[in-house]
Amino acid sequence: MSAPMHAVWIEALTAVLLIASGLFALAGALGLLSLKNFFLRMHASALPNTVGAWCVTLASIVHFSALEERFAIHTWVIVILLSMTVPVTTLLLARTALFRGRQARADVPPPLGKRRVE
Amino acid sequence: MSVLLSGAILATLSCYALAMALTAMRLFRGPSAQDRVLALDSLYIIGLLIILTLGIRYASRMYFEVALLIALFGFVSSAALAKFLLRGEVIE
Repeated sequence: MSAPMHAVWIEALTAVLLIASGLFALAGALGLLSLKNFFLRMHASALPNTVGAWCVTLASIVHFSALEERFAIHTWVIVILLSMTVPVTTLLLARTALFRGRQARADVPPPLGKRRVE
Repeated sequence: MSVLLSGAILATLSCYALAMALTAMRLFRGPSAQDRVLALDSLYIIGLLIILTLGIRYASRMYFEVALLIALFGFVSSAALAKFLLRGEVIE
């Protein structure tokens, strides 16, 4: 199955990148479960979105480039797509949390320019 | 597929499964609605990472397109849910 150029160090690099991604995703999920506040949990969920996706994408690029003996960079599209969509989702969720916190009179920062939301 | 790479893929998939279980716990427990939306978004991302890892395992290009579709649907569903929580309706 493996091509002749599929050396040991390429497999080792792929394995290290994959395990790093798994550990980062696990750390993000642990933070998502154990942190106290919603705004703190948003930081934890950013970990698999960025570092995890980058590590898996780099592992896929290294593996398929060695397997097909050409520069297989197609997986990069997923990282580009995530880097465009994840900030939008994060911003919308942060605004949602602020809005609902102000409606519930929770301890969130007031809107700029006004003292109290109506 | 050597023993090193298949063992690493097995360990990575175990880490992802544990992370999905913890995220699902937050999804069921979550005190507010935005916590549940955040956990659902995180579940989508971890599923995408699992499918990319399976693509490496089975050396197939089909998994890449599935992962692309999951990324798109995850973004659309999370944005729609956040918009619904913010405004009370999705399309204004």
